[in-house]
Amino acid sequence: MQSLRAEPRLTRAPRATTAAASAERRAAAPRNDPAPSRLSYRLERLRLTPGFHSALRVWLPVFVLGVSVALWFSSEDHRADVAAKYAQIKEQVQNRPEFMVALMQVDGASPAVDGAVRKVMPMALPVSSFKLDLEAMRAQMEQIDAVKSAELRVQSGGILRVNITERVPVVIWRSDAGMELLDDTGHRVATLLSREGRADLPLIAGQGAETHVPEAMAILSALTPVMKRVRGLVYMGERRWDVVLDRDQRILLPEKDPVVAAERAMALNGAQDLLGRDVVDVDLRNAARPTLRLTPTALAELRQKQSGQATQTKVAGQ
Amino acid sequence: MTDLYQAQRAMRNMRRAAMQRGVIAILDVGTSKIACLVLRFDGPEEGREDGLGSLAGQSQFRIIGAATTMSRGIRFGEIDAMQETERAIRTAVQAAQKMANVRVDHVIACLSGAFPRSYGLAGEIPLDGAQVSEQDIGRVLAACDVPDFGQGREVLHAHPVNFSLDHRSGLADPRGHVGQRLSVDMHLLTVDTGAIQNLLYCIKRCDLELAGLASSAYVSGISSLVEDEQELGAACIDMGGGSTGVSVFIKKHMIFADSVRMGGDHVTSDISKGLQVPLATAERIKTFHGGVVATGMDDREMIGIGADSGDWEKDSRKVSRAELIGIMRPRVEEILEEVREMLDVAGFDQLPSRQIVLTGGASQIPGLDGLAARILGRNVRLGRPLRVQGLPQAATGPGFASSVGLCLFAAHPQDEWWDFEIPADRYPARSLRRAMKWFKDNW
Repeated sequence: MQSLRAEPRLTRAPRATTAAASAERRAAAPRNDPAPSRLSYRLERLRLTPGFHSALRVWLPVFVLGVSVALWFSSEDHRADVAAKYAQIKEQVQNRPEFMVALMQVDGASPAVDGAVRKVMPMALPVSSFKLDLEAMRAQMEQIDAVKSAELRVQSGGILRVNITERVPVVIWRSDAGMELLDDTGHRVATLLSREGRADLPLIAGQGAETHVPEAMAILSALTPVMKRVRGLVYMGERRWDVVLDRDQRILLPEKDPVVAAERAMALNGAQDLLGRDVVDVDLRNAARPTLRLTPTALAELRQKQSGQATQTKVAGQ
Repeated sequence: MTDLYQAQRAMRNMRRAAMQRGVIAILDVGTSKIACLVLRFDGPEEGREDGLGSLAGQSQFRIIGAATTMSRGIRFGEIDAMQETERAIRTAVQAAQKMANVRVDHVIACLSGAFPRSYGLAGEIPLDGAQVSEQDIGRVLAACDVPDFGQGREVLHAHPVNFSLDHRSGLADPRGHVGQRLSVDMHLLTVDTGAIQNLLYCIKRCDLELAGLASSAYVSGISSLVEDEQELGAACIDMGGGSTGVSVFIKKHMIFADSVRMGGDHVTSDISKGLQVPLATAERIKTFHGGVVATGMDDREMIGIGADSGDWEKDSRKVSRAELIGIMRPRVEEILEEVREMLDVAGFDQLPSRQIVLTGGASQIPGLDGLAARILGRNVRLGRPLRVQGLPQAATGPGFASSVGLCLFAAHPQDEWWDFEIPADRYPARSLRRAMKWFKDNW
């Protein structure tokens, strides 16, 4: 039984050269050849190389980006452009209304101190809060004698709040240059033009007195019972205090423990009204031997009384 | 020979380097398939209390990639068309790499054909009552009188099988012993140079470094003979597609290897010729219906052959299974007869245990063990390769005996000639090592 179909024609030309033969053999290879080509085999192996994947995905873009940025920045004009743009943006942001300080509010300052504090502000309001150096301003405010401490804070709503703690004068210091008010640490507060300006404050004088204000205050607090009579304290020879009372009386206090000596004087005064008597000096410099100096009249009277008493005793003794 | 000797040393270094990198590929270039397995070495596992390891100490590596492709351009286990083989190797390697997701640079290959020929060598040196040192072993190996195996032959394996000292024989490791005469028995396997060079060229074309080369008969013996069979004497018959490898083991050393240049492909071609069907159909019929022992049932079991010639008579042919067996059996018998001749030549009947293990793809023909027992002897069993970690289920059959054997070979190669020290007097005259030896001898 013969097949009715015709035999296929010979389509291929007879082999001519070896090159043509090899090309033909390549063409004759099965089309669905599972073998990878040499190139794809090598690429696959390259892909499987450890580190290659991360190098391609991460390090190559990083390198390209870095190089392009570096190239762009190598030009002077570009660097200047970037710097200018940066400054402009910074300026814009800093000058936004949210950051502007429009008002300065000073609390806890007397009118005179208030004026001095307001002068510290370097530029006219409103100003951006980025331009205010609060720390420097605070230091500058604390330079003012009357200001003990200052606290600066930029509050919402563009308010610069300044809390001032003023120094409280506790004593008047009289020196050659004039009278000055000192606070309890001995720091200058203000100049006093007349004693009547602050008649309530005690007075101290003498060279080096301003450096021993706490001690003076302790002595003064011990002298409370005779406070009405105290004219002031004098620092003698930069080592010890004299209490000057009216009627030119003086209490000479020792270098050591002047407060104890003052209390002792007050005890003597309370018991025997010592200071009410005709005494010029109460010398307590030597604690073992307190000494009184009497006025000349009192001294004469004392002598007279002592001699009469002596004759009386002699008479009595006879 | 010196070239290959140096090359083998270089390959051992390459293998060590690959072990340090942790990844190595094995490539079984066979006639019917090319298998590529990618091994990952994790180092020795942590010791157990009883001092044993799991999987008989084979667990230090794991197969992370496996690929098989139909081989092309290979006949009788030798490369016939270089381009085709190279493409097939590339296919297998790329697929295995893809599965392992790692690049492999080192490959250990085996080949089944190339006319292997075994030689037994003996060497002897005087010791004069000294302790046996590493140098002495190098010297005794060098003292073996190498037979003239002719032009175009290369040494593929050279195993020192047995050391003997004076009257004591069977020493595995004579180092440190004291004696008068040290002698060694060595098994040398040579193969055809051309076949090896073709394989080297193909592997080089695939950008791979060769880290070892083995005979397929040897490695399938390693994987499919169990320990006591290797110890007491057994033959492994690896029935492949184009060639059938025979290797004889005793005391865990191969003492003989050869190959029959016939295999499963010849059975297929017989079926193709006998039934007048294309090779692909013949292979399919052989796989599904093949056998070597006919029973009465087989006369009634009809197999549709089919064709697409357009002729109804031709396309609806049928053949009984008995006829198919009648075609297959003579060829299988022929192969086994040849194997038997080889075993007779090798003196296999002198071994204490004459176990025969059939493995390889063609050993899966039903009834083969009965036929082989009739031809080769009583102790015949079908062997499968050892189970190794990570091996896909599809690659656990007897057809992968040499692939698995190569894995074991890669992990624990047996000491070969080139693993020992080169004797000092073989070094060039001005070598530093030679000067060292002179100092040692004189002081």
